Amino acid sequence: MNDRIYEHTESDLRSRLLMSRGTRRHRRLGALAGDTVLIVIASSSLIALLFIFYFIIKDAIPFFQIEGVREFFTSTRWYPSREDAEFGALSILVGSTLVTTGAVVVAVPMGVLAALCLSDILPFSMRQVVKPVIEMLAAIPSVVYGFFALVVFAPLLQEKGGSLLSVGALIVLVPVSIIGVGVASDLIGARFSEGSRGVARIASAAVLSIAVILVLYQLNRFLGGLRIVSGTNALNASIILGIMALPTVVSVSEDALNAVGRELREGSYALGATRAETLLRVVIPAAKSGILAAVILGVMRAVGETMVVWMASGNAARIPQPIFNYLEPIRTLTATIAGDMGEADHVTGSARYHVLFAMAFCLLVFAFVSNFVSEMILRRSRKQLG
Amino acid sequence: MKGSKLIAMISVFALVGLVVAPGSAVAEERIIIDGSTTVGPIAKAFAEYYMSKNKDVNITVSESGSGNGAKSLINGMCHVADMSRFMKDKEFAAAVKKGRTPVAHVVAIDGIVMVVHPSNPVKGFTVAQVRDIYMGRITNWKDLGGPNVEIVMISRDTNSGTYETFEKLVMKKKKIYEKAEYVGSNGAIRQRVQSTPASIGYIGLGFVDRSVKALEIDGIVPDMNTISSGIYPIARPLFMFTDGYPKLGTHLHRFITLHLSPRGQEIIEEIGFIPVTRY
Repeated sequence: MNDRIYEHTESDLRSRLLMSRGTRRHRRLGALAGDTVLIVIASSSLIALLFIFYFIIKDAIPFFQIEGVREFFTSTRWYPSREDAEFGALSILVGSTLVTTGAVVVAVPMGVLAALCLSDILPFSMRQVVKPVIEMLAAIPSVVYGFFALVVFAPLLQEKGGSLLSVGALIVLVPVSIIGVGVASDLIGARFSEGSRGVARIASAAVLSIAVILVLYQLNRFLGGLRIVSGTNALNASIILGIMALPTVVSVSEDALNAVGRELREGSYALGATRAETLLRVVIPAAKSGILAAVILGVMRAVGETMVVWMASGNAARIPQPIFNYLEPIRTLTATIAGDMGEADHVTGSARYHVLFAMAFCLLVFAFVSNFVSEMILRRSRKQLG
Repeated sequence: MKGSKLIAMISVFALVGLVVAPGSAVAEERIIIDGSTTVGPIAKAFAEYYMSKNKDVNITVSESGSGNGAKSLINGMCHVADMSRFMKDKEFAAAVKKGRTPVAHVVAIDGIVMVVHPSNPVKGFTVAQVRDIYMGRITNWKDLGGPNVEIVMISRDTNSGTYETFEKLVMKKKKIYEKAEYVGSNGAIRQRVQSTPASIGYIGLGFVDRSVKALEIDGIVPDMNTISSGIYPIARPLFMFTDGYPKLGTHLHRFITLHLSPRGQEIIEEIGFIPVTRY
């Protein structure tokens, strides 16, 4: 009785599991075709990249052949439309660097702190609401940011520039100096003997805070007295670009902080660490490389942005005097490419056409290198954690 | 009851007829226009008027700059190239090489007007003073009878016909100071000037409104009369280029000669340019 049932099921199984030879061949061919299609599709983006590289390099090389390398990288004289054209791009390279640095200064501290808040401080339900809202910043078209920078932010900087700057400086510096004074007075107090420690701590805190308040007051008066003549300048572009890069920084570094995992945090708490100690000594060091990658992605976002800098930076091809003067207009690589494209036909002016490709090549090299670096960092961090 | 049903049916048929009729008309002719942002408004107003009179024509107008307009015409991508400057020798050569003969039609005259913020007490300059400002020789309003503020010079991008005309008529081969700010359109210059007290910029007469103050040049107020008569020093003709002269009686021919008709001149004046026939 039992045997018969077994036999029956076996033959049944065999007929179900093993296909005829024809079907098998069909299926194998089908799988092969599917694989090929997928490989072709996957490699098409790689081919596109190769093509971009090829065409940009192909059109960038003639510029260096015609005009030489030195003028492009060392001269600040940018007069592409004249008969005796000059193609010194140093001021434009500096402009790109300045704006990107400014955007990093705005985006990175804010972005990383926001990510920390999202991953470790806000309750899960709040996080589910706040993170998509921050990521929505990335969905706003860049021309809208540019329009805001030109029509709202630039006049605001001109009218209330000084007071805006001093308020902004206070918002950043007051919390920083409170923490700084706290830590410093603690350190100073620790040098005294047990008995006088409390008094020393309070006294040093008082002295330090008076000094800090004086410095802040002077700084505030200096900033408040500043007059911004032109609102479309490096500062405007940096702030707007920083806000644009924020979602990238927040999102990627929040992922990195989350990837640290519960075990490390719980282990730290189990050893008696407070939440601050856990965050500063355990979570952030463990997520260090992920955060660095987030910063690099943010930098790339800022370097490549065109519309906002075209509208907000003033586009003056000049190195600010002194170089860290963010209140002067600057010009970036991307804005130059966008602005000079129309007139620069290869039919009408060859060096003027090829110089834009030389700039595109600089951007491409920068993007490639930073992408490579962030990839290396991420890979190393995965190895460390794994 | 029966009557009302009939009326309903008739009206339904009429409605269907109305909806279907434009679609079933003879194949539409297309006129593609590209080029200068200064001439663009004229082309757009002309296109609107012409299409309202001729249902079988579809005119599209893009504004990508004089250089791009010339490029499109050379490459056969458009029928009309709007240009705020004359075609360059090189562009002509490129067109001829591709078997095209650009023909210029002057559709209007435009004056480049120097504008400042309405609060600025300065009344006017000479062309030489404007040149000195843009060369960076005069950098403060106090040297020109204004308040002690640094001058913010605003220029069109080097891609625009307005820039080239300014460079030719005002700068006269001198270099624009590197501190000048560049913006992408006439409207953007006006926006920057009306919101920046220390600024100076230049725009076409058609873009001047009450939000900015137009300056006298060499003591001459820029207006329709001074510009069309050639007294005002910074003026230029505006062009539309076609490939050869269009065949008489075609839509393209009637469109390109619209500026000679009374209605065409009215349109040009409405936008703020000066008709060529205003002698």
